[in-house]
Amino acid sequence: MTELVWQAAVSGVVLGLVYALVALGLSLIWGVMDVVNLAHAEYLMLAMYATYWLWALGRVDPALAVPVVVPVFFGLGWLTYQALVRRIVRAPLAAQIFATFGLLFVLRYGAFAAFGPNVYGVWRPGEGTVPVLGVPVAASKVTAGLVSLAAFGLLAAFLRYTKTGKALQAAAQNREVALALGIPVDRMYALSWGLGIATAALAGVFLIPFYQVSPTIGDAFLLLAFASVVLGGFGRVDGALVGGLCIGLLENLLGTLVSPTFKFLFVFAAFVAMLLVRPQGLLGDVGR
Amino acid sequence: MGRVTRRQFLRSTGAAVASVALGDRLVDWAFAQEAPVTVGAVYPLTGALARIGAAIRNAIELAVDIVNSPYPDLNLPLARTAGLPRLGGRRLRVVWGDTRGDPATGRAEADRLVEREGAVALIGSYQSAVTATASLAAEARGIPFLNPESSSPRLTERGFKWFFRTGPHDITFTRIMFDMVEDLKRRGARISRVAILAEDSEFGATAAGVAKGFAQSRGYTVTAMELYTSPPSSLTAELLRIRASNPDFVIGANYLVDAVLITRTLKEMRWFPQGFMVHAGFTTVPDYLNAVGRDGYYFLARAPWALGIARRKPLVARVNELYRRKHGADMDEVAARAFTGMLTLADAINRAGSTAPAAIQKALRETNLPGAQLIMPWQGIQFDEKGQNRHATGVMVQILDGEYKVVWPFDVAEAELVWPAPPWDRR
Repeated sequence: MTELVWQAAVSGVVLGLVYALVALGLSLIWGVMDVVNLAHAEYLMLAMYATYWLWALGRVDPALAVPVVVPVFFGLGWLTYQALVRRIVRAPLAAQIFATFGLLFVLRYGAFAAFGPNVYGVWRPGEGTVPVLGVPVAASKVTAGLVSLAAFGLLAAFLRYTKTGKALQAAAQNREVALALGIPVDRMYALSWGLGIATAALAGVFLIPFYQVSPTIGDAFLLLAFASVVLGGFGRVDGALVGGLCIGLLENLLGTLVSPTFKFLFVFAAFVAMLLVRPQGLLGDVGR
Repeated sequence: MGRVTRRQFLRSTGAAVASVALGDRLVDWAFAQEAPVTVGAVYPLTGALARIGAAIRNAIELAVDIVNSPYPDLNLPLARTAGLPRLGGRRLRVVWGDTRGDPATGRAEADRLVEREGAVALIGSYQSAVTATASLAAEARGIPFLNPESSSPRLTERGFKWFFRTGPHDITFTRIMFDMVEDLKRRGARISRVAILAEDSEFGATAAGVAKGFAQSRGYTVTAMELYTSPPSSLTAELLRIRASNPDFVIGANYLVDAVLITRTLKEMRWFPQGFMVHAGFTTVPDYLNAVGRDGYYFLARAPWALGIARRKPLVARVNELYRRKHGADMDEVAARAFTGMLTLADAINRAGSTAPAAIQKALRETNLPGAQLIMPWQGIQFDEKGQNRHATGVMVQILDGEYKVVWPFDVAEAELVWPAPPWDRR
């Protein structure tokens, strides 16, 4: 029994790190410009396809796909901002929801048209497991977890220690004041979209060795990413990390111990409880 | 106006009656030589299912050709003769109705084929939802409806008098999994505990319920029954729990996306039950194995038919050869079922010796085709009082060396069943 709990906990942490990585970009965009990107997981899906095709056609190992896929998706995020999001930054909430929801459909059904409804995955025969605190975990999952931690660390350092990072925070905190200070808010917004989508792509690249891609695969992650951001707290990048870890642990521990059928019931019950008791999230500031 | 004498009256009416009677008989005789017997086929010929509709059409046309032309060396119903012998050698003709995959269109097409094309019986319609409506048209008109390939159990639970199904339904597909396990136990395997892992929509939840029912009625312990929403982001909790419940085998009702994740999670956990059986079709093989490679070996799936049974049943190879010569591709399981359905209907029309719907219905009820005359792995075709073929069953296939191989029933198997599946470190 203890072994089962331990195994559920360890794989829950690894799973939570993956959820956190998916949620990172969502949290960034949400935090910087207060726009909820409902199409976030669709970029994850597209990045998985990109990595898959690089592997299937060019025999490029997913880890080596990072320097290709991540910059391309940074550009895609930037482009999405310039073409669509820029027009709705100050629009009513309903317009923002419709715009990103529409984007979700365009990307998803574009993927259906381009790749068909089939399911693809990368298979590497040598793929082994690594013992993590005595529990065997797929090596690719451990890699994804470490990449997630590194991404959070790098982004936090970027925001705290670089001039651009500080400008980004300023733009997030107060648009008017930032403009008055000469910060190019528009470019900061575009940058946050570029970074946000790039981290979604990073998640996709490291998901594909142990997860499969099909056009609707975003459904598996979008709600959990939202829950991660809300649980952890708005306006803080590390909120997504804490939120993702909470969800991974809740899902795996209560799922294994009580009933897997209700695992998301536990997750979303915690989500609702958090909204009622501490709407700013675990790490969030009341001021925002 | 002149008076008609009694004699004149008798003479003229007598002549009229005689001529009508003789004319009818003449017409009958002429028709026996000329007019074919018309059967209406209601299938999705255009739209998303057009590819499947085309395979069915090919199969039905081959069946009709076998009825109409002599094939002296084929042991199939009506193969040796030309046409329908009990109807004076009249030929069989199929008129087609296109459902476009839509229930309302299916019903309208069924009506049209009976009303305008003179169909004396109907065959169709692949999708359960369309079969339900098209057969309603037949039931309302008192026309026999033969369904070879729809799998919803409800179709034969409606109390219809004119509906007959030759193929297996979803409950049968679960039964064969347990039948195979019974056969294994007879060979000495010790199997008593089963776990169920299914996605939670209509398909998975229904299959899980049926599997649980079978397990309980046959004295197995259901150690765990886990449902999840597809696509799942993780199945670790589900599979940890199933492993902890220590089942001998697992029954899965999962979509392809889920199957890939299940395979990878099992490998990560370094655990595999003695057997893992899934409700999944053939079409998924290349995709599935592309994604999981050799890790996908030893999974078992149920199937209504597989070309692999040809190795032990030469008739299957012969028919497939004819099919391929005609249509340039191998038969698939849908084609095999449609082919068998058409021959069953033709056999009944022939035995009815008439094109009267009631006579065909009676003949269908009395159908008794032996397994040797079928390309299916069945004992035969006999309908129960609900119109369901009581011998309809399927085969179990196992992924071995990158292909699905028929491994059960043992008498038509093309490869030896691997049970228990080897542990991960010995693969």
